[in-house]
Amino acid sequence: MIPLEHFLVLSGILFSTGIYGVLSRRNAVLILMSVELMLAAVSINMTAFAVYISPDLFTGIIFAVFVIVVAAAEVALGLAIIVRVFRQRASANVDEVASLKW
Amino acid sequence: MSGTEVIFYIIGTMTALAGIGVVTLRSVVHAALSLVAAVLGVAAVFLLLSVEFLFLTQVLLYGGAVTILLLFALMLTRVRDVPALMVGAQWPLGLLAAGSFFAVFTVSVFDTEWRWARDNEELTSVAFEDIGDTLFRVWAVPFEIASLVLLVALVGAIVLGRQEAGDR
Repeated sequence: MIPLEHFLVLSGILFSTGIYGVLSRRNAVLILMSVELMLAAVSINMTAFAVYISPDLFTGIIFAVFVIVVAAAEVALGLAIIVRVFRQRASANVDEVASLKW
Repeated sequence: MSGTEVIFYIIGTMTALAGIGVVTLRSVVHAALSLVAAVLGVAAVFLLLSVEFLFLTQVLLYGGAVTILLLFALMLTRVRDVPALMVGAQWPLGLLAAGSFFAVFTVSVFDTEWRWARDNEELTSVAFEDIGDTLFRVWAVPFEIASLVLLVALVGAIVLGRQEAGDR
């Protein structure tokens, strides 16, 4: 049986690569892809906990389902906003969309 | 080391490499394909955890729908001249944040005494019926709210993405 810790470390690796991508990429679509990576890491984490530690009521599995639902909504909205910004500025680079920055 | 463990380590390495590819590859399309590989790897991890329902959902929703949506967005926002630098000037800070998160996370994972619900017995697969039963009895209200969230988000996406009369 695979130890629980190894699943957690895998999800930690995925989550930290996602953090790096979100903080350093310049293309907005690539940033959204890194966010997807982080959400997938969280799903692994909660599913592992659900299977190993609290199997009753499937709490972690249901949470992973909700994460997938919210991720779908987030991708749809985020991409609509990115396409909108691209139509106005002809660029998907987040550095050029800084009007709200102080 | 049993066969399952070997498969887990192979899949884990592939998933981690694909994840690193998502954040480092220069070509945006290659990064998107790498994301597909990472997402399918995560689906395989769900299968190893014997949660077939999540495996199917992950393959259908992430491997299919979400990546197609991302590729469409990449196509619609294509710029002629690819920037020389794919990462901003702040990338060392990003690396530092990611590295320190990973260090704290790993140390705390190995420092904790986990109380496993089951000791060293093989995992039994989670039945679809049980998940459905729990989802529609115990978690019925969050389920309805999630469907409402999806509806609102997708209507919002349509409204945002629509070409208006005033647009060029």
